[in-house]
Amino acid sequence: MSTLEQTAAAGELTEHHHGPASGIGRWLFTTNHKDIGTLYLWFSFIMFLTGGCMALMIRAELFQPGLQLIEPAFFNQMTTMHGLIMVFGAVMPAFVGLANWMVPMMVGAPDMALPRMNNWSFWILPFAFAMMISTLFMDGGAPNFGWTFYAPLSTTYAPPSVTFFIFAVHMMGISSIMGAINIIATILNLRAPGMTMMKLPLFVWTWLITAFLLIAVMPVLAGVVTMMLMDIHFGTSFFNAAGGGDPVLFQHVFWFFGHPEVYIMILPAFGIVSEIIPTFARKKLFGYASMVYATASIAFLSFIVWAHHMFTVGMPLVGEVFFMFSTMLIAVPTGVKVFNWIATMFRGSMTFETPMLFSLAFVVLFTIGGFSGLMLAIAPVDFQYHDTYFVVAHFHYVLVPGAIFAIMAATYYWIPKWTGRYYNETMGKVHFWLSFIGVNITFFPMHFIGLAGMPRRIPDYALQFADFNAVASVGAFIFGFSQLIFLYNVISCIRSGKKASSEVWEGSHGLEWTLPSPAPYHSFTEPPVVK
Amino acid sequence: MDAELKARTRRTIAYSVMSCVAMFGFGFALVPLYDVFCDITGLNGKVELRAVEAPAPEAVDLSREVKLQLTAVNNESMPWEFRPMKSQTRLHPGQLLQTAYFAHNTTERYMIAQAIPSVSPSEAAPYVHKVNCFCFDRQPLFAAEQKEMPLLLSIDPKLPAHIHTITLSYTLFDITPAADNRVADGGRNGL
Ligand code: HEM
Ligand SMILES: [Cu+2]
Repeated sequence: MSTLEQTAAAGELTEHHHGPASGIGRWLFTTNHKDIGTLYLWFSFIMFLTGGCMALMIRAELFQPGLQLIEPAFFNQMTTMHGLIMVFGAVMPAFVGLANWMVPMMVGAPDMALPRMNNWSFWILPFAFAMMISTLFMDGGAPNFGWTFYAPLSTTYAPPSVTFFIFAVHMMGISSIMGAINIIATILNLRAPGMTMMKLPLFVWTWLITAFLLIAVMPVLAGVVTMMLMDIHFGTSFFNAAGGGDPVLFQHVFWFFGHPEVYIMILPAFGIVSEIIPTFARKKLFGYASMVYATASIAFLSFIVWAHHMFTVGMPLVGEVFFMFSTMLIAVPTGVKVFNWIATMFRGSMTFETPMLFSLAFVVLFTIGGFSGLMLAIAPVDFQYHDTYFVVAHFHYVLVPGAIFAIMAATYYWIPKWTGRYYNETMGKVHFWLSFIGVNITFFPMHFIGLAGMPRRIPDYALQFADFNAVASVGAFIFGFSQLIFLYNVISCIRSGKKASSEVWEGSHGLEWTLPSPAPYHSFTEPPVVK
Repeated sequence: MDAELKARTRRTIAYSVMSCVAMFGFGFALVPLYDVFCDITGLNGKVELRAVEAPAPEAVDLSREVKLQLTAVNNESMPWEFRPMKSQTRLHPGQLLQTAYFAHNTTERYMIAQAIPSVSPSEAAPYVHKVNCFCFDRQPLFAAEQKEMPLLLSIDPKLPAHIHTITLSYTLFDITPAADNRVADGGRNGL
């Protein structure tokens, strides 16, 4: 946004303000949005590595047909925990961390609106995940019913640890809701003078809409796990047919949460990419207003498509048709976005630093994921694809090179602002190319084995799937280990990177780049004026 | 200025928290809504678990006949012997049909069972009227006891003309351990 200009150099005004407290107390009791953002991001990275190790165990077992490394029962625990940790522990906290760091700086606010609540909403998370991961060591093992925890598998037939799982989900839900309220309050009330809604950076817009989605559906998730709790311990029969309940009801309630949830994991990514591409194309974002409206319509539509996950439960024909067409409708605003990103690059003077590389890969690979989604949206063919590796390929394409690549792009893009230092560009590019190649080797073959009929969530498979599975496993290890390069790059950037200027990037635009690098502990104590 | 900001922030929080509470309630409201939706549309093959009046004899539609298939399913580990006395009959819409299911507790302990009906095609579900059904009650049987469980039903003459065959299926569940809470009327009055 080139219209943004700041009056006094805000950095100098904040210079004589007190800095962070020292020692561990700084992190435990901090109410500073940057500290909390940092905590979220590190937490998310640790969860990413934990969930990643589980994924590698899965892929190691699937390297060859037959059972070689782990027991089927443990395999099921791995698929379940991998999904839960990645969704709730890695992707969501990473986006919240980015919002904590960037939203106040982007709207010209001194901090988040509710700093103390911010501290709680982070510190709940380590406890929630400690509880969830501790189930691995309990009698009967960890939850083994898949991240979608369909009843009655997760009620009547669940291991005893399911109760801990339920409480962990409650805690994560409370954390997300508090985070969302904080973000909404910040964006609605703390904007600098002149920062009208239609001047908000897109990252802020997408997060505002995401926060509304969180408030709308996290309570539904809390409701569905509460019903499970009551079925398990208090003798109700929400999902128990013997008592007059209905297992299909579970799927309806779960997916009423679940589908908006997948958009919670992608809308902030849309925002990030919409910030990065204009910077490195050195052009204004094409179609700003249409981006905002497209995001809002995606969010709205996400509430009326949930049963595309349930085409095979025996819905009546009208239901199948309704959910098929409403799902396909989502492709329209999504297509608008992809078009706008490409139009932004058209005739731009592009350079290909690491954040841009990740963003470009996002645009291409996310679109592939969108196309496989469209195939799955066709109800009659979904009868063939449902619960096969094709679905696994679809959602990994939208989540890994989608959400995760966007998070990495954001980290490379903003880390000079956070630390005052550049990361190592060569290492960043190596990380990018290894990740890009690894992701495609891992997930592209899954399309083929899925179409050929390999079911998901199984530890063993028929011989004809062997070759593609071996290829996918090799890709997974390449992708997994290349993340250590990322870790090394981030640490060496913090310690000894080249000093960064306040603009950081030649084509950067927006309030955050008017602050010095590293950004001062308190951002805008004096509100900047946005023209 | 600062006070105004505080008030605005407080308002934002209040609205957000209220929305959360409302959506939590909505999650639970989905349960009865779902049942109502299935009842109205007859989707999901759900049938009323309520007795209806026997049809008046003059309502019988002698011009057509419907084939009624009766099936029995044991839920996973349910050890009882369970089958319809007659697995297929033909009847006129409006006609009262009296038949029964046979149950035999093959174990050596006292058990309680609950049968859950389902109709297919689901479109026909609202037209199957039960005057009396063993599925209205729990069915306790002593060790090795046998029983013929009565079923009295009629088909509504308003049944759409293109439906010629209706399957009425009962699934038998073992509800012995938690029988106190789990009853046929939805089970949610334990709440
Ligand atoms: C054009 C957009 C999209 C369409 C049309 C679409 C369609 C679908 C359909 C029909 C399914 C169900 C497949 C089945 O189980 O048989 C599905 C599954 C899934 N989708 Fe998408 N999708 C889209 C975008 C996304 C995005 C953006 C995300 C997340 C960032 C996502 C995440 C998922 C996940 C996680 C599942 C699998 C859930 C599970 O069963 O574990 N999808 N998608
Ligand atoms: Cu979906």
